[in-house]
Amino acid sequence: MLRKTLLASAVAAAMVASAAHAETLRWTRSADSLTMDPHSQNEGPTHAVNHQIFDTLIYQDMDVEYQPGLATEWFVHGDDPHIWVFKIREGVTFHEGQALTADDVVFSLDRARHEHADMRGLLTSIKEVRAEDDTTVHVETHEPNPLLPNNLTNLFIMSREWAEEHGVEEPQNYAAGEETHAVRNANGTGPFRVVSREPDVRTVFERNDDYWGIDHYPMEITALIFTPIESAATRVAALLSGEVDLLQETPVQDIERLANAPGLKNEQGAENRTIFLGVDLASAELRSADTDDNPFADRRVREAIDLAVDQGTIRTAVMRGNAQPAGMIAPPFVNGYSAELDQVIPSDLVRANELMAEAGYGDGFRVSLQCPNDRYVNDEQICQAVVSMLSRIGITVDLIAQTRSLHFAELARGEYDFYMLGWGVPTMDSEYVFNYLYHTKEGDRGSWNFTGYSDERVDELTVAMGQETDEETRNEMISEAWQIVHDEIVYIPIHHQMLTWSMRDDIDFKVQSENTPHFKYLKFND
Amino acid sequence: MLAFLIQRVLQAIFVMFVVALISFSLFHYVGDPVLNMLGQEATEADRAALRAQLGLDQPVVVQFWQFVINAAQFEFGISYRSARSVSDLILERLPATLELAIISAIFAVVMGIVLGIYTAIQRGSWLSKFIMTASLIGVSLPTFLIGILLIYLFAVELGWLPAFGRGQVVDLGWWNTGLLTASGLRSLILPAITLGLFQLTLIMRLVRAEMLEVLRTDYIKFARARGLSKRVVNLRHALKNTLIPVITIIGLQLGTIIAFAIITETVFQWPGVGALFITAVRFVDVPVMAAYLMMIALVFVVINLVVDLLYYAVDPRLRVQGGGK
Repeated sequence: MLRKTLLASAVAAAMVASAAHAETLRWTRSADSLTMDPHSQNEGPTHAVNHQIFDTLIYQDMDVEYQPGLATEWFVHGDDPHIWVFKIREGVTFHEGQALTADDVVFSLDRARHEHADMRGLLTSIKEVRAEDDTTVHVETHEPNPLLPNNLTNLFIMSREWAEEHGVEEPQNYAAGEETHAVRNANGTGPFRVVSREPDVRTVFERNDDYWGIDHYPMEITALIFTPIESAATRVAALLSGEVDLLQETPVQDIERLANAPGLKNEQGAENRTIFLGVDLASAELRSADTDDNPFADRRVREAIDLAVDQGTIRTAVMRGNAQPAGMIAPPFVNGYSAELDQVIPSDLVRANELMAEAGYGDGFRVSLQCPNDRYVNDEQICQAVVSMLSRIGITVDLIAQTRSLHFAELARGEYDFYMLGWGVPTMDSEYVFNYLYHTKEGDRGSWNFTGYSDERVDELTVAMGQETDEETRNEMISEAWQIVHDEIVYIPIHHQMLTWSMRDDIDFKVQSENTPHFKYLKFND
Repeated sequence: MLAFLIQRVLQAIFVMFVVALISFSLFHYVGDPVLNMLGQEATEADRAALRAQLGLDQPVVVQFWQFVINAAQFEFGISYRSARSVSDLILERLPATLELAIISAIFAVVMGIVLGIYTAIQRGSWLSKFIMTASLIGVSLPTFLIGILLIYLFAVELGWLPAFGRGQVVDLGWWNTGLLTASGLRSLILPAITLGLFQLTLIMRLVRAEMLEVLRTDYIKFARARGLSKRVVNLRHALKNTLIPVITIIGLQLGTIIAFAIITETVFQWPGVGALFITAVRFVDVPVMAAYLMMIALVFVVINLVVDLLYYAVDPRLRVQGGGK
């Protein structure tokens, strides 16, 4: 008995010692957060920084599993499927001392739905948010929405009192020409508080010792220093020279070098992003092609392209192994993923050429392919590989590779025939993919469907899967929709991107598929 | 004198106006800022609303006129990317760029003149030949490559100097400086060399050529015949006459150094206005791009104005307004 107690106290002492030990982590990635205002931008690096300072009701942990944050429980109201009930964690305080109440949650959700908030795109299904009591929030949606909690994982909770005190009840309005207090200051409930911030230069955080989850998470970092470095070569050099400890987004060409560098290691995992090619399959005539019709309208031509594009070669030659060839536009952890549909069709040039001849394009044709050159990993090189692969079935491709702001602007204006796109699924559910990529482009839906593809049944299923609350029925709808678009070859999938983070080898931390590190989980191996 | 001055200032204003017009019409080809500002869930209606809010749906002429009116009042609006006042952003980052530019200019001028004199006087020595050959590398290698090579050698392999950033800075209220701390000074070395190397080789070659020219003139021969020491002949009589064209070039190059800091700043993650500009271009942050280009134009215009006025002071012929002909 005595020995047991001694052992326990020794363990406790060791734990105290390790917790008291000051550990600094210096973190870098290519881009800084755009603003401290948690609702004005819906953008990855901005969310990644805000996740250290703020909490969300629900968040995705390092395995992208949904975990309780400021909400301890959430469920659909027993009497009304339009209402989601959230139980708010008790005893939580903001960094500046305000106590968290249900009213702050109502305030934050309303603020994020304001017309100046970029976050509002994720919350369009909400009709009203109400605080029933200090710890219960009811969110009423226009239609029953089974996916509402999935849309809240980057929805940060602010203090109403703080916002009113600083006149930031509304998010930044660009037209006003003035910067608000919330752009540079933050008061969250999160695991770290901001000590100092110079945008694009350095942000210093310290551990929030009053964090509600201080005993629940490792919380080993006492000081966190974030320095964005835009140039890839410099970023890697900074890690090699020991000036930073953890590098997010390791460039593909440096992965091997960093793996062999003493004292460093790589962590890899699947990223929530699939790269694919799209075609204009609906127009009567293509803009850039030398034909007077639209070859892409013929399913056989699309199948020939799919057969000619060799995803395996792209993986080995262009991506140096750091990609997972794809057959569908959803990575494995998304609800509705099917290993069968994700199978890559093996390259078959004989069959591809037969299909081209059958479709009446035996002599081939000429068309332009539009690619970004600074958006996805090795995007331009992938397109170059596609150009040479398609030349083997007689399609002469003129490659137009340009910066992302031009690429996406041209897609939005409809100036393309054949293009590259990448897609992530932040809600972890197929409905998101169908809503944006496959639904007919009309109203708020199909806004990224540049193919012109329109199928009544798919549209019907897309709307239904956004409202169906019975899981089994819903999953049947999802798999039916996937089968239809797979058979139609609406898109030509290339691969799921892989994500690499490099770090000091005494750090115990793994890659998060959303590319959002939660540093409260990071541990140091002594 | 006053007429000349007014004429030159009017010319300068015209140049600024033209720069504004050209840069503004170029922004049309950089892409659509609204796509970067709104996330992928935004609808077409959201984008249209933001476009209207920012005035981007107006004809370019109207946008340009609005910009000129605001710019005349030093009002450059708010950054699309960071939602912060553009004037603040630039003023906050200007000290970093100016410190880097001035230190590299000093480095280039001092080293350029010293090496230029040495290679002119010791024309045949192997060291001169080595310096001349090495200077070819300085002229021909692109800046970003020099920067990366320096980082790999001095930061990664040797571990002597930092690979990025500005180190510890001291805030003086109206200026933040890296010149007062050890880490700030250490951080300055590699970027300053990278930025100054091209100017250094330029100045060195110019000094050498001028020096060789001057050394052949009669008065140098007389000075030697008078029995003056080699030191006095070279450094007092020859060098003085060499420096006139060199000073002109240095003045003009200072503007170039500030403008060319873009690449060096990006490679070293130096928090100056050049890096700010590159980030702005990527995001299509029109207010920042416009303000930066106007600032660079202003720097060049001011330098040229000063040079013109100096010529006016130096050259009496300019003062005779056409009548002397």
